[in-house]
Amino acid sequence: MPTVAELAGQALQKEDSTVSPPSKAVIAAQGLDLTFQTNDGPVHALKDVNLGIDKGDFVSFIGPSGCGKTTFLRCIAGLETPTGGEITVNGMTPDEARRARAYGYVFQAAGLYPWRTIGGNIKLPLEIMGFSKAEQADRVKRVLELVDLAGFEKKFPWQLSGGMQQRASIARALAFDADILLMDEPFGALDEIVRDHLNEQLLQLWARTEKTIGFVTHSIPEAVYLSTKIVVMSPRPGRITDVIDSPLPKERPLDIRDTPEFIEIAHRVRDGLRAGHVDD
Amino acid sequence: MKSVLPVLTVVGAILLFWVVSVIPMNMHLTADQAQRDGLVVSPATPAERQAYSGLGLTLKNTGLISRTYVLERPRLPSPHQVGVEMWDTIFAKKITSRRSLVYHGWVTLSATLLGFAIGTTLGILLAVGIVYNKAMDMSVMPWAIASQTIPILALAPMIIVMLGAIGIQGLLPKSIISAYLSFFPVVVGMVKGLRSPDGMQLDLLRTYHASPAQGFWKLRLPASVPYLFASLKIGISASLVGAIVAELPTGARAGFGARMLVGDQYGQPIVTWAALFAAAITAAVLVGLFSAIERLTLRRMGMQAA
Repeated sequence: MPTVAELAGQALQKEDSTVSPPSKAVIAAQGLDLTFQTNDGPVHALKDVNLGIDKGDFVSFIGPSGCGKTTFLRCIAGLETPTGGEITVNGMTPDEARRARAYGYVFQAAGLYPWRTIGGNIKLPLEIMGFSKAEQADRVKRVLELVDLAGFEKKFPWQLSGGMQQRASIARALAFDADILLMDEPFGALDEIVRDHLNEQLLQLWARTEKTIGFVTHSIPEAVYLSTKIVVMSPRPGRITDVIDSPLPKERPLDIRDTPEFIEIAHRVRDGLRAGHVDD
Repeated sequence: MKSVLPVLTVVGAILLFWVVSVIPMNMHLTADQAQRDGLVVSPATPAERQAYSGLGLTLKNTGLISRTYVLERPRLPSPHQVGVEMWDTIFAKKITSRRSLVYHGWVTLSATLLGFAIGTTLGILLAVGIVYNKAMDMSVMPWAIASQTIPILALAPMIIVMLGAIGIQGLLPKSIISAYLSFFPVVVGMVKGLRSPDGMQLDLLRTYHASPAQGFWKLRLPASVPYLFASLKIGISASLVGAIVAELPTGARAGFGARMLVGDQYGQPIVTWAALFAAAITAAVLVGLFSAIERLTLRRMGMQAA
């Protein structure tokens, strides 16, 4: 029979073994697991994912298909429910955070409603959240300026290019002023030139709004150019293989991509991606 | 405008086929009539003529061809006979006259429109139920499909007799049969339309913590509008067919169906054909009207390039 003191000691030990996330972390994941049950058996989408994201961070998730980067983003958003571990967003569960409208989410496709004008599309979350008409109009005007689409309020989505549509969808995610912006390969379907331009704009927007951004991407240059923190992931099971804190300054002109620092980080990301592939 | 020529070509081909068909179709009747009028016909007796086909008889009596077009009670009326009858009964008669096709058309049309309204409302409600309620999803659709496999011609008299027994007469029984035919395409189209938003669009609403009601009014319902119009166009013509069928078995005194029946029973095919064409034109106008409303609505909604 263990003594009371021994039991207390065990309890204390147990306490010690779980590292509590840093208190300033906006998003904190501890030993996060997610297994999908499919017809071909269980798929381990996420395994033991530990990560803290601080306020104002720009965090990129990069990795090959099936590494769980989108799944992790969806866990943060409360769109998927983890099967193990813990995750908090603003100190709440992701589902509570979702109900509190803690984040804006940008999908790979702009997904604008074709029957609403650009202004109408941006009003959609505002209508749902019950903003007053005057407030809606105000906010639409403000976020359209933020994404450089002023004057397009009355246009329909089909009248805009793909890049402009995606900017409108970012404006829609910004309209209700959540502190966190989650972006799932938002520029994946756009061509290189448009993409560069949007990356530059996104950095400016991030600097002006001081949001915390989670950004899923396939592209190494995109991840390195944008991020303060790069999370490299690998598949089967989906896990984090490397977390790189970028030494690049906050101010980043496009030609920073030719500097040795940039190339060095890109190398480390590539190495991380390669390491994740050793097992197959 | 580009489609005018092909359409006219097809119409011309159909008319030509019709005009040519009139001759052999009516030749036996024409020969009998000519004989009564004292003309020489070969062969000489009706019994002998029965052994010939319409075409064979025509070849033996080419002189009678022009007479096949002017029979009072032809087997197949010629286009101009139908045209004259339609002109007479649509434009030359007062619309309150019992011989006016406008009068009969209105009787059928009012039942059609009421039935269409009932059917469309029912169809939309059922579709909403099917999309939002699992039990209805599993149970309603098989019945809706089964309902359409029953020949309406068999069902219509029963419905009318039963409704008559409980004191419902006049417009409503016809409208119910109309609704019976028109709710189905609306259910099928609306279920597809309400389910058309993809996972991403539904996820987007979840990120806003939108209520199910907001999801319906802001996403599912507007997304289903193009599907609804496709269904309405099928539904309105099905409604018209339903109203006409409802007039057939019950000896209705007014309506396109009644006109067709009168023509049939009193051996006046011209009357039947005129009513048929009037019904077809009515259906075309109704469908055209809905196409126009569809274009306007979708353009206003920004879902179609102006």
